[in-house]
Amino acid sequence: MKFTEDHEWLRIEGDLVVVGITEHASTQLGDVVFVELPEVGTMVAAGDEIVVIESVKAASDIAAPLDGEIVEINEAIVEEPSKVNADPLGDAWFFKMKVDDLSLLDQFMDEDEYKDLVD
Amino acid sequence: MSELLHLPLEALHVELGAKMVPFAGYSMPVQYGLGVMKEHLHTRTAAGLFDVSHMGQVILRGADYQTVALAFEALVPVDVAGLGLNRQRYGYFTNAAGGIEDDLMLANRGDHLFVVINAACKDADIALMRAGLPADVTLEVIEDRALLALQGPLAEDVLAAINPAARDMRFMDVATLDLAGAACWVSRSGYTGEDGYEISVPAPAAETLARALLADPRVAPIGLGARDSLRLEAGLCLYGHDIDAHTSPIEAGLGWAIQKVRRTGGARAGGFPGAARILSELQTTAPRARVGLLPEGRAPMREGTALYATEHSDQPIGHVTSGGFGPTVAAPVAMGLIARDHAAVGTPLYGEVRGKRLPVMVVALPFTPANFKR
Repeated sequence: MKFTEDHEWLRIEGDLVVVGITEHASTQLGDVVFVELPEVGTMVAAGDEIVVIESVKAASDIAAPLDGEIVEINEAIVEEPSKVNADPLGDAWFFKMKVDDLSLLDQFMDEDEYKDLVD
Repeated sequence: MSELLHLPLEALHVELGAKMVPFAGYSMPVQYGLGVMKEHLHTRTAAGLFDVSHMGQVILRGADYQTVALAFEALVPVDVAGLGLNRQRYGYFTNAAGGIEDDLMLANRGDHLFVVINAACKDADIALMRAGLPADVTLEVIEDRALLALQGPLAEDVLAAINPAARDMRFMDVATLDLAGAACWVSRSGYTGEDGYEISVPAPAAETLARALLADPRVAPIGLGARDSLRLEAGLCLYGHDIDAHTSPIEAGLGWAIQKVRRTGGARAGGFPGAARILSELQTTAPRARVGLLPEGRAPMREGTALYATEHSDQPIGHVTSGGFGPTVAAPVAMGLIARDHAAVGTPLYGEVRGKRLPVMVVALPFTPANFKR
């Protein structure tokens, strides 16, 4: 698993990248009450703000980590936003994207580096 | 900005796992381990303990209560002189333009008037009082007391276990009660829409009292985050957001706080800043109105969200003044200030969220029924 500075985790699944937010991010956000995901088929560029996530406290955005196409979204977290707090690293993934080159993931932090960032 | 101010219970908050944030110049607990959602729900079903020591506590004295009360009426449109002994009342300072400078609670304490004001307005309010009160009324800012709020349907049982006299108080009564060995100034009121008490406690006894209350398993510590969602569901105004120097009390739907004696035709009608506008709006109407807003979807409509009459109209008819998620309502809730033509309950409007017009309905306030001990 890889991690971005924006507290997203990235996991390779076949030729896709699964994206979610970290435990740290979900704790910082507090109780999540609303999630808006991009549409399947959307072409995104790294840095595009494609997810809106609102907690009782505030709204935040999640950016696309890489260029690519959104191929699957997790409707379950739209229906039940509290899943993002309950299981951020598992059930509550956000979207899956197809990227040109999976080796681009190498630029991101590994778990130890991410732990150093948040501790 | 000057350095952050620290209040008597800070160490206890940290021990309890609070996340401390700067608020109105003070380091304050925004939430504890439960989180905003559970803290909110706990307050609605059991009892929550809030530290609101950042708020201003002021004592005004003169020859007698009537002298002070009549002088204070020059600053507020409220019947202060007619307030019963050991009774509390909501009010607000107005300005010459008919706007609101701050809202406050005032109490007749027999030989003095006790006033509680908002933290963010404290300095301005004190200056306003010093400038507006005659020399024979003295103002004492209380700096050696903390202010706790115990709120929720079980608040009475909790406080009565410490001092049974708490049970005898009605909504808006004020009394001095011995709590944890200290003489506390207690009012049966709050800012959550629930029954409860606000307790002014001498600073040296504050931690002992807070620990005694928290030792009751029915009580959880509650941060400012849940305080905000609780008051929003209760339809209560937050100064600087729902009301400000440019909002008249009538627009804000706070005309009920102006008793008959201060209205046109009353024995002490007017005589407060902005009386011409405020009394005229009371008799006719104000161009804007504060309303409850229930977004139809799941997306919260935050403060500042522009409101439109239709999906495509150009000019906004108002804006959201407070908005978020209501844990008891289990849906987004908001309040807004809008043109009166659109303020009838049931009027469909649109709020523009991230460039999209989302449907929202004008609804009656509060979102959750008030649960006071009258």
